[in-house]
Amino acid sequence: MSQPILEVKGLKKYFPIQGGVFGKTVGEVKAVDDVSFHVREGEILGIVGESGCGKSTTGKSILRLIEPTEGEVKFEGKDITKFSSEDMRKLRRDMQIIFQDPYASLNPRHTVEKIVGEPLLVHGMKSKSERKKRVRQLLEIVGLSSYHASRYPHQFSGGQRQRIGIARALANHPKLIICDEPVSALDVSVQSQILNLMEELRDEFQLTYIFIAHDLSVVKHISDRVGVMYLGRMVELAEKDALYEEPKHPYTKALLSAVPEPDPDIVKERVILEGDVPSPANPPTGCAFHTRCPFAMDICSQVRPEFGPVDDQHFVACHLYNDK
Amino acid sequence: MAEAILELKELSTHFFTDSGEIPAVDQVSFTVHKGEVVGVVGESGSGKSVTSLSILQLIPKPPGKIVNGSIFYKDENLAKASEKRMKKIRGNEISMIFQEPMTSLNPVFTIGNQMREAIRIHQKVSKQTATEKAIHMLKVVGIPRAEDIVNEYPHQLSGGMRQRVMIAMAMSSEPSLLIADEPTTALDVTIQAQILDLMKKINKEEQTSILLITHDLGVVADICDRVVVMYSGQVVEQGTTREILKDPKHPYTQGLIRSLPKLHGKEKKLYSIPGTVARPRKDHIGCRFAPRCEFAFERCFKENPQIYNLGEGRESRCFLHSKQEGERLKDVTTNT
Ligand SMILES: Nc1ncnc2c1ncn2[C@@H]1O[C@H](COP(=O)(O)OP(=O)(O)OP(=O)(O)O)[C@@H](O)[C@H]1O
Ligand SMILES: Nc1ncnc2c1ncn2[C@@H]1O[C@H](COP(=O)(O)OP(=O)(O)OP(=O)(O)O)[C@@H](O)[C@H]1O
Ligand SMILES: [Mg+2]
Ligand SMILES: [Mg+2]
Repeated sequence: MSQPILEVKGLKKYFPIQGGVFGKTVGEVKAVDDVSFHVREGEILGIVGESGCGKSTTGKSILRLIEPTEGEVKFEGKDITKFSSEDMRKLRRDMQIIFQDPYASLNPRHTVEKIVGEPLLVHGMKSKSERKKRVRQLLEIVGLSSYHASRYPHQFSGGQRQRIGIARALANHPKLIICDEPVSALDVSVQSQILNLMEELRDEFQLTYIFIAHDLSVVKHISDRVGVMYLGRMVELAEKDALYEEPKHPYTKALLSAVPEPDPDIVKERVILEGDVPSPANPPTGCAFHTRCPFAMDICSQVRPEFGPVDDQHFVACHLYNDK
Repeated sequence: MAEAILELKELSTHFFTDSGEIPAVDQVSFTVHKGEVVGVVGESGSGKSVTSLSILQLIPKPPGKIVNGSIFYKDENLAKASEKRMKKIRGNEISMIFQEPMTSLNPVFTIGNQMREAIRIHQKVSKQTATEKAIHMLKVVGIPRAEDIVNEYPHQLSGGMRQRVMIAMAMSSEPSLLIADEPTTALDVTIQAQILDLMKKINKEEQTSILLITHDLGVVADICDRVVVMYSGQVVEQGTTREILKDPKHPYTQGLIRSLPKLHGKEKKLYSIPGTVARPRKDHIGCRFAPRCEFAFERCFKENPQIYNLGEGRESRCFLHSKQEGERLKDVTTNT
């Protein structure tokens, strides 16, 4: 089994809630609340969960695009939360991020040449002709043509823009790419092109991905292991087949049962959860899921369950499994 | 089969813009029967929303215009109806709910206020009775604390609750047809499951026909009886949900289904349709899907295929169904 390239321990990100006329801090949004996991070199770790559960905040905190409140992020053995901004700048060659909305993350006034070439310049490729060559090479790698280099983002379709975003992320030979909903905004027929491209690139350049998405089928397809988040916490993490075939956590079970499948022969026993996801500004005590859990016991509202192994490589935070 | 509630016949809605005429909806025909749930699926820009807005005469004019066809609601052609008549129909006989409930709820009025308004436009009842009816409807759609919620504002509710409120408002006039344009797209899957269950219940208990617009074939499998597949402004295929999902006839539908990652699948590599989704263009010659179609042949680039009737309401717009091309069709079906 390969080495972990990334280890996240006890990661927390609390956003202050400003209130009143003086903008005093009146509370905190616990966007990420004590999350731990690792990512092995060359693997694709999927992270799923419903809107607002803290997936993007986890991704951005790892890259320190937002500063974590607490916790450790080790990249190749070094705790990068302690890195100076200069060290971080250098590290960003190795760690890249791709966003959901390629349009919002590409400067509309810059040509593709400039957009993809910028990280090259930042990391010291001073020669214009060298950059030009590399940009053309990158465009071809992601399935665009070199003549696209002189065009602007609005002249591309959604799928093509995502290809541009991927080309930019690949520019400096990264090791780890955090993909935050990279195909969520795309049409189905284009989504599969991008998923295939990302898999090919992983194999070709020995990349490691953290693949964040809310679509459970997409995550299942691309990932090796999958983590499920609920209200700022990781509630379950396992090899994908174990997670999808034998989910342990009641939330994972409900989530999987709620996914409508495009096959009239699959008749599902739906677990319909009552109510809505509580606010991360005021999360329930104990297990954050106990307010909606069909199996909640007394202890669940009082004690937060540990995130621990129940099977080989299968981690769950649930009191139903804690006693064993 | 039950009587038809809604029947579109060769409906065409075009937009006249600076960059030319856009045939956003082009010769679209389909029928919704009483008590039936019909899905309209297609990728972005395929004309799903324009179709539903056309039915209720809500297309912005200009730039939009219904240039051809008829829209029969029961025995009345809505394409010819006056605005006065349409006002009566909208929200009364035919209700519509949209993807983002926040944009269709007014942020400065309470939920109760807006629901009362909606109820009293169509029914001559006292304010008191309207409030009671509003509370009753909120309970029907599963909103807890309905008595309190009527006094709250839209921003105080979650996305799932706002969508329930929209459904409650749409249902309060007891419409015979509910048009729902991506009603669950902005919602999480666990909340989506609640809303789909609610729509199924309304359909069963009230016999309300539903025209459901979605791009999610999973949602279609869950709730629809029949499906209309659109591509680039045209209907390319229609049939029962089972036929479409299990035995698609049009190469686009076949490709679409094969490109979906499956929750229980073990596919190594996904199938993918090459190229990008075509925007409808007036000057397009030939089949709109031909440039991406692996079975396309000469004729597909020269003529727009007609709709081939494959029996029992089963239709597909593809030259592979014509007699001369029948042999190719056999290849297509055995390949997939
Ligand atoms: N800059 C911020 N300031 C305050 N709260 C924030 C900020 N960014 C995120 N949050 C809150 O933190 C929580 C987690 O947000 P996050 O964007 O990480 O969720 P997510 O899982 O990525 O959701 P989605 O699926 O909608 O993208 C949410 O409640 C969100 O409102
Ligand atoms: N007001 C408008 N002016 C010009 N063109 C328009 C207008 N509204 C829609 N269109 C065009 O009509 C076509 C169909 O749009 P429509 O909104 O029906 O797509 P859709 O299938 O609902 O897509 P989505 O899944 O993204 O909602 C698009 O090509 C769009 O550009
Ligand atoms: Mg996010
Ligand atoms: Mg639409």
